[in-house]
Amino acid sequence: MSGNLAQNFGRVDYLMALPVILLTLFALGILLLDLMLPAQWKRVNAFTALGGILFSASGIVKIQLALNAAGLPGESAFLNSIVVDRFTIYFWYLFLAGAAISILMSMRYLEIEHENHGEFYSLLLFSVVGMMCMAAGFDVVLIFIGLELMAISTYVLVGFLRTDRRSNEAALKYLLLGAFSSGIFAYGLSLFYGLTGSTSLLGIRSGLVRLAASHPDHVDPVAVIALLTVATGLFFKIAAIPFHQWLPDAYEGAPTSVTGFMSVAVKAAAWAMLLRIFIWGLYPLRTVYVPLLIFVSILTMTGANLAALTQSNLKRLLAYSSIAHVGYMLLGLVALASVTYPAPAFFDGFKGILLYLLVYTFMNLGAFGVIASLRQRNVIGDEMDDIAGLYFRAPTEAVLMLIFLLSLAGIPPLAGFYGKYFIFLSLIESGHYVLASLAVLYAVFGLYYYMRIANQMFMREALDKTLLPISAGMRLALGVTAFATVYIGIFPEQFIRIVNWSLGIAQTASVATLVR
Amino acid sequence: MSPIGTLHYLVVAAALFILGVIGVLTRRNVVIVLMSIELILNAVNLNLVAFSRIWGLHGQIFAIFVITDAAAEAAVGLGILIAFFRNKETVNIDEVDLMKW
Repeated sequence: MSGNLAQNFGRVDYLMALPVILLTLFALGILLLDLMLPAQWKRVNAFTALGGILFSASGIVKIQLALNAAGLPGESAFLNSIVVDRFTIYFWYLFLAGAAISILMSMRYLEIEHENHGEFYSLLLFSVVGMMCMAAGFDVVLIFIGLELMAISTYVLVGFLRTDRRSNEAALKYLLLGAFSSGIFAYGLSLFYGLTGSTSLLGIRSGLVRLAASHPDHVDPVAVIALLTVATGLFFKIAAIPFHQWLPDAYEGAPTSVTGFMSVAVKAAAWAMLLRIFIWGLYPLRTVYVPLLIFVSILTMTGANLAALTQSNLKRLLAYSSIAHVGYMLLGLVALASVTYPAPAFFDGFKGILLYLLVYTFMNLGAFGVIASLRQRNVIGDEMDDIAGLYFRAPTEAVLMLIFLLSLAGIPPLAGFYGKYFIFLSLIESGHYVLASLAVLYAVFGLYYYMRIANQMFMREALDKTLLPISAGMRLALGVTAFATVYIGIFPEQFIRIVNWSLGIAQTASVATLVR
Repeated sequence: MSPIGTLHYLVVAAALFILGVIGVLTRRNVVIVLMSIELILNAVNLNLVAFSRIWGLHGQIFAIFVITDAAAEAAVGLGILIAFFRNKETVNIDEVDLMKW
């Protein structure tokens, strides 16, 4: 800790933070550039943002090359406050992909809303910077700051349509509940710091092990309070029932492209943080949190699937469906935390969650993209009636939407199936037969409400018979998401291999050294 | 009387935290809800600074970050509240009711 900063932080530190630094610079650059652009040139902001994402991705490639050359599974930097391992790199790519597709979907949407300001793209990039800190953070200070950077940027994005009452209302609800949950989360972190004397996840972990060794017959009550408050904050962020009330409102009121972004990138970041904290930091407390996770996941699947059955607003229906998906992913966490480390259920549960987040990014963004394209000059386009007869107005979009919906329901030849497959497999391997059958039952519920949308698209007459204009950016976004959804479904092996790689299975033991 | 030790600070922090949670859950004015959230964050700060008496400087550094975060959250929160007020002329949470279920 002694010496000046130049001695402490060398080239390796800055190399590991390169993608984050580049993205920050581009976000600041957009703010400046926006001042100089005339009104009809605002599109340049979107392309600058895409350029920033490209540069950031090439920064990640540079890190990978350096790690491969050194033969390391990962590297820590800035006095161990960030760790760039394969888990981090996997999530970084996921965030960048989600952000890039969301930008493509936003371009025309914002022009229709007359809110085409550069701040939108800048805030979007800043929230990705926050996410990257959450996935890479190995110190709760950095994780918390990343979380807040992401959350505050997203509050503004949700309320971006200043003259729209629903957007204002959504932003207000999201902000109040989001800030409340961050406060509870931070309180739990402060208790863990007090218990263990460390803000690093590894320090917290070894502190908890020491604590358990000092009185082996019971768990420290302060540790339980700290765990409960931290878990409450995390459940708020991933929107598990009973902490989900903000999500349907925020999703309904936000601009549709932002809803898509929130449902994939923001959710993936919350999951990255949750996995880091629960598996790397609080692993010694897993006997306490596994029953909690089981309870919350059952509640989440039940509540969300029942609520989704009766929705008439498309965005709200997909919001409840996204809560239901969180329930399935929580089951993966139940399976992996209820077995001891090298058991197959540990890896299959982990694999299931990561693969689920990957396929969910594409299929859900695609579905929200189709809904965003329903927005026209005089039509808000998020009610069930607005999608009626879509097949006769825009046949390609209707077929793509059907693919996304089938994939969300988990029908076998599509990507969504493989996420569910590994989670159910891990549940069976870890002996949770009741949970596995419950999850399969709810998957059938899911099929019903997804098919309600399909029924509207293909079986009903369109209320407005004009053809639907689709912008070039939207075509590209829908094409990419649909291609990924089908491709992952038909050739899952290479993606499973990527997920295995990110867990360090079969090659070296990056997880093994960190998890033990 | 015993001298004031770490435990006393923790009790005050816990009280602040509970007051903040009750405030968020029961008050109807958005501005007061935001103030209650600040109370929760101040409870966190008090905890961190009290613990850093035992464990060293990390807690105080965390507290500085939490203070910054509270300021940012309040700024964005009031900004959103003003945008909301322009459209609806109210700061009462019960009237934030355009979307339900």
